[in-house]
Amino acid sequence: MYRYDEFDHKLVADRVNQFRGQVARRVSGALSEDQFKPLRLMNGVYLQLHAYMLRVAIPYGTLRSEQMRMLAHIARKYDRGYGHFTTRQNIQYNWPALDKIPDLLDELASVEMHAIQTSGNCIRNVTSDQYAGAIEGETEDPRIVSEIIRQWSTFHPEFTYLPRKFKIAVTAHKHDRAAIKLHDIGIVVKQNDAGEIGYEVHVGGGQGRTPFVAKKMTDFVPKAKLLAYLEAVMRVYNMLGRRDNSYKARIKILVHETGEEEMRRVVEEEFAKIDASNMLTVPQEEIDRISAYFAPPAFDSAPAESATFAQAQADNADFARFVRANVVAHKQDGYAIVNISLKPIGGVPGDATDAQMDVIADLAERYSHDEVRVTHEQNLVLPHVKLDDVKTVYDTLATHDLATANLGLISDQIACPGLDYCNLANARSIPLAQEISERFADLDRQYDIGELKIKISGCINACGHHHVGHIGILGVDKKGTEFYQISLGGAADENAAIGQITGRAFTEEDIVDAIETLVTTYTDLRADGERFIDTYNRVGMAPFKERLYD
Amino acid sequence: MAQHAAKGARFQAVTANRLSDGEVVYFSADNCWVESFTDADIADGAEAADALLARAMPDDFEAHVLEPYLFEVLEADNFYKPASVRETIRAAGPTVRLDLGKQAEVKAE
Ligand code: SF4
Repeated sequence: MYRYDEFDHKLVADRVNQFRGQVARRVSGALSEDQFKPLRLMNGVYLQLHAYMLRVAIPYGTLRSEQMRMLAHIARKYDRGYGHFTTRQNIQYNWPALDKIPDLLDELASVEMHAIQTSGNCIRNVTSDQYAGAIEGETEDPRIVSEIIRQWSTFHPEFTYLPRKFKIAVTAHKHDRAAIKLHDIGIVVKQNDAGEIGYEVHVGGGQGRTPFVAKKMTDFVPKAKLLAYLEAVMRVYNMLGRRDNSYKARIKILVHETGEEEMRRVVEEEFAKIDASNMLTVPQEEIDRISAYFAPPAFDSAPAESATFAQAQADNADFARFVRANVVAHKQDGYAIVNISLKPIGGVPGDATDAQMDVIADLAERYSHDEVRVTHEQNLVLPHVKLDDVKTVYDTLATHDLATANLGLISDQIACPGLDYCNLANARSIPLAQEISERFADLDRQYDIGELKIKISGCINACGHHHVGHIGILGVDKKGTEFYQISLGGAADENAAIGQITGRAFTEEDIVDAIETLVTTYTDLRADGERFIDTYNRVGMAPFKERLYD
Repeated sequence: MAQHAAKGARFQAVTANRLSDGEVVYFSADNCWVESFTDADIADGAEAADALLARAMPDDFEAHVLEPYLFEVLEADNFYKPASVRETIRAAGPTVRLDLGKQAEVKAE
């Protein structure tokens, strides 16, 4: 994993000191809220319904054990004993006091963490595939280029005041787990016919009020040229992106209004200029230096099959279910990727207590080469667990309510904080997720339903990714009362698609029944082996709509 | 922030978040910021509401609170409650964590 060098350390320490002074001046009255607000937002501090909220960056969703332990410590010391993992692979604390945040940031910095790039109109924290470096079939570890982008983008002077926020995601696998086509820039690490590694770049994806799937801008940018290409995209956006209307300020609108062809032309033109200057060509030594941080851990050599692992499944049906749902094949023989669902039945999606975070940190240290990953679906991953150890890991997870065997199933929902916490919300998201998970609590029924992604947002900002849920739910406000609008057919993977709205919204009382109707419609109509999304894509909206509004 | 004061609301109160810790506070009849909605001053009618907001925002208000605003309150049998779900949640705490927020403090008393 990447370790800070002296520059990173100094950068973060200076920033904390600067913020300490800004907080002191705000509290003393020397700064007004208008002056202070942009400063606190640049440090990840929001004001929500009940308190301040601090969003901490977890670059490309990768954590060391000591970092996870620090997140637990912060939850305990500065918050109310828990944190919320988000769809941006970050963690949010819901209750920190403003005057304590500088101390909190000091403690975070001691484990090479911060809250920079988690807010404001800058290039945000880069996200990536949670299985990076562990899954078979990767072109290369996507965290290498993610880290290069992180270093280039942090405090980039030209891109500190963009028209709006800017999100970049990276994958290096044919199965996209990072939702790259729903980002301002989505990058696929690929190999060309000559065997060279480079990047396919998609631009202009996003959710929110006006959702778009990104357009492929280029098929292949050579490795050393990626930053030049990204700089070209950013420069075009910074110059041409709209600043007159925040709803139209994201690059997706620019791409849409300019047209894909013309956008490609202006980006290529800018790219040619930057490339000619050679200023942003990444030196091979630097690529090698960063790559070395992501070298595979020292795996033990072990047979592909483990008798201990097989026997444990034969002996314990709950463990067998856990393996079936949450354990994924590793590229290294004798190892597995273990997913930890943060969606216990009736729980709050993405929340983990300080004690749970400590347990996961210990497990990572002991059994997963010191690594934990955060997923954009609000779960955690132990990426490198020996098959022989999976049962031991499972037993510990189970004693801490962390072994729900529901990955990718109907109860593994994304839900944003919604009106229970969020200042921008129209309706609550979490209670709905809880009710749906309780309605479908029976795991056998969940397995029968199969992969089904429900995603819930409490407002049109779409932090809960409702546009790309197989079933998406959007909270709307009608005169102070909560209603829920359903969309169908969205997808966040390599077949990214924006869902279609079914029709009029449902009340809080009716929405869970409506979800049940959709599920039974699917199970009635499905052909052999079809998932919900496959059936929907085959039969279309009409049969679902008919049953829903019967 | 779709659920602020409704046009035509009869009863209104003023709320904000406290600067030091973000706690939800209400402006009281004693001209100070209090933590409980039950201690909030309630204005009857648009003029009284404007006057209440003006009292809550003297020159130095920013030294204590952030972004004060009016919100609608409903009355029944001399008992007031926030009209919207949003303000009901702000007055109590997250509906999914009854152990947190003001609702928890009330329970603990
Ligand atoms: S989608 Fe809306 S309600 Fe949900 S977290 Fe984002 S801004 Fe808040």
